[in-house]
Amino acid sequence: MTHPVDLVDISVRVGRTEILRGLDLKVASGESVGIEGANGAGKTTLLRLLATLIRPASGAGSVLGARLGSDDVGAARAHIGLLAHEPAVYPELTLHENLGFYARLAGRPAGRVDELLDGIGLGRAAHRRAGDASQGMLRRVDLARLLLLEPTLVLLDEPHAGLDTDAEKLIAALIADVRARNGCAVVVSHDAARLRDVTGRRLRLDLGTLV
Amino acid sequence: MTAWTVAAEIARKDLRVELRSGEVLWITIPFGVVALFLVPLALPLDNPLLARVGSPMYWVVLLLFGMTIALRGSAVPTEPQRDALRLLGVDPAARFAGRVAATSMLLWAFQIVLAPATFVLYQTPLPPSWGLLIPVGLGVGLGLAVVGTIAADVTRGLRSRTALAPLLVAPLSAPLLVAAAQASESLANGDSILLPALIIAFTVLGLAVVGVLTAGPLEESAQ
Repeated sequence: MTHPVDLVDISVRVGRTEILRGLDLKVASGESVGIEGANGAGKTTLLRLLATLIRPASGAGSVLGARLGSDDVGAARAHIGLLAHEPAVYPELTLHENLGFYARLAGRPAGRVDELLDGIGLGRAAHRRAGDASQGMLRRVDLARLLLLEPTLVLLDEPHAGLDTDAEKLIAALIADVRARNGCAVVVSHDAARLRDVTGRRLRLDLGTLV
Repeated sequence: MTAWTVAAEIARKDLRVELRSGEVLWITIPFGVVALFLVPLALPLDNPLLARVGSPMYWVVLLLFGMTIALRGSAVPTEPQRDALRLLGVDPAARFAGRVAATSMLLWAFQIVLAPATFVLYQTPLPPSWGLLIPVGLGVGLGLAVVGTIAADVTRGLRSRTALAPLLVAPLSAPLLVAAAQASESLANGDSILLPALIIAFTVLGLAVVGVLTAGPLEESAQ
């Protein structure tokens, strides 16, 4: 059986520093995995590796069938949704314009943007500039961007940061949605209790090594 | 979406961001016009030299302040913004073209403000076939935009970016500056501008090919 995420003895270097070393990780379809780790453990680097945005220094691995480090990751990328620590919004554009920009590039209908903004509780703030919105609102918009794209692999970096209880439910809904579509999710956080709420299997990343 | 529609979407977004931030419109362009004032202030108003240096000053100010426009902060995406576009599968070459298109439009707008200011401040006489200066200006604006976008990508993430990027732009855009000044001089003397026009065209074309070909590798080299 092939796994959407399959890493074998992967190491990642940033400059001269080895951030991840000897990493083995398999994530099955329909599974959600939580990875806990302290600051500097390599959580964000792991997610960027899984998003095919950085290349491994050694080891072998594949994500959604694309071999990590190869040039054929383009097709897989369209099915990967990454919620980074910082929101991928343009401060000068409104929340609606931000989502609309991504929707047009992804070939999604314009009407979906209004639906999603209403769905995440930001329908009335749709025309507020992102630069004037709170961190929690921007986080919601970023979550809406993932919902818009309907990815097969969802990667969430400290998703609960800056979110209220209502918005936290959106994360659970997003993970449930991707699992229902036979996709999978990897969530990283320093908060073990919150990981327990949204993921099925949990691992610990300690200075670049999964334990 | 085709590469052209992606480029148009990126350009539209970049222009909207710029119009709202006002970085170019309200800061760089007025300062560029102020820079043009400096030489007339240093020379007596009836000095015939003033009319002669008007055209070269126009190109020098365009190059110096155009560099600031091409390297403006809002033209360089943040890491999450860039990652989001990479994951959408947006063609790096199309993104490059979109960014160049937006910057070119800003540089052309800068020239529209700068040109009448030069004629008024320097009393530079209009050459009979002044219309030929329009394609020269368009070419120089496009070339500066291409060079600036390449330099921004090459220096992305470097600590010395603010110092290094202009050092890359200045020599690469030197042929544009020299050819543009030569074209103005030739027009004023009633000579042909074929050679400087060809230099500008080939410089822009060469830089554009380099920019398109390196857009993908430069994006993928980001860690």
